[in-house]
Amino acid sequence: MKLGDIINDVSLDVKTCNVCLDSVITGAYVSDLLSDVMANAKDGNVWITLQTHLNIVAVASLKGVKGIIIVNSRRVDEAVLKKAEEEGVAIMVTPLSAFEVAGKVYQLLK
Amino acid sequence: MTLAEISEILDALSIVSPEETDDVPFHSVCSADLMSDVLYYHAPNSLLITGLTQPHVIRTAEIAGIKAIVFVLNKKPDARTIELAQQKKIPLFSTPYCTYTASGKLYEAGLRSLRDA
Amino acid sequence: MPLNIDGCIEGSYQLIGGNFATAGEASTCLKLKLTELGVAETIIRRASIATFEAEMNVIIYAAAGWLHYYITPHGIKIRIEDMGPGIEDIELAMQEGFSTAPEWVRELGWGAGMGLPNMKKNSDLFKIDTVVGEGTTVEMVINIP
Repeated sequence: MKLGDIINDVSLDVKTCNVCLDSVITGAYVSDLLSDVMANAKDGNVWITLQTHLNIVAVASLKGVKGIIIVNSRRVDEAVLKKAEEEGVAIMVTPLSAFEVAGKVYQLLK
Repeated sequence: MTLAEISEILDALSIVSPEETDDVPFHSVCSADLMSDVLYYHAPNSLLITGLTQPHVIRTAEIAGIKAIVFVLNKKPDARTIELAQQKKIPLFSTPYCTYTASGKLYEAGLRSLRDA
Repeated sequence: MPLNIDGCIEGSYQLIGGNFATAGEASTCLKLKLTELGVAETIIRRASIATFEAEMNVIIYAAAGWLHYYITPHGIKIRIEDMGPGIEDIELAMQEGFSTAPEWVRELGWGAGMGLPNMKKNSDLFKIDTVVGEGTTVEMVINIP
């Protein structure tokens, strides 16, 4: 399934500009700990987190994660969005909790 | 949903068993590694799914009114955490699934996240 | 309903910076005390969340600190004083998601920039005084209506 389809189906608010939303998403990873994501996220995952720290972009980029879904309507700093645009990582925001977004994405991908 | 049902869906191992008399049904789940997330958003009487196993997770659970904790990816807490959970009567489980899969399975089974006002 | 107590019950706990193993103990002791006094559950919840976040801030950022509590029939006042680095920009620190916590603290599940907003959310009166290089004092009141 393409990232763009997940965005539509879960009604995510895309915050980055000019980042390709055609990447194929094969799974997801839910974590707020960068080391955990470094160890366990896989290429083709979309990452669901409450973390909005600048380092999330570098971690996503290193792991081949094409999109980060920020939960609970957390505000994402301009600097983070700019870095994400440079790295080609899409950042989306949702008012839902991590549990509920995970649930919805799981239904779509299974 | 009871803890027994949740535990079965998650193929979970019980680390600290619930008291026999205390089989309240769960309606709400919180999946989080950031403790303030648990404290800020979530309604009391929720289940917590997390990748952290330190004692302060148990204390957060107690303060936030979390009624049971599931550790993901087969993580096992140390003796201190277990002892604190026994003392606070907070059942602990360990599931082989990651937070995403564990959340997905429980969502599919009908559980949701209830928010704190 | 006001608490049925005479005057003011007060006490304090010492907090040691960096000690994650016992972090949260003071707040849970206070929670137990409030429960024993028969304070309503929703008020206990607000008081303990606010106190817990403040206690964690001392553990994370400061060398040491004190938690003082004053329980009167009409409210709970909590004052947390620390010998910490102080806060440079309070307005920024009050924003959800802003944090100066180092990576190792984030890996423990703290330092996501929700602490101060959460203290404010759960108290009826929230006051913070800080001097960079000296420390921070947070005062919170939770009313018992």
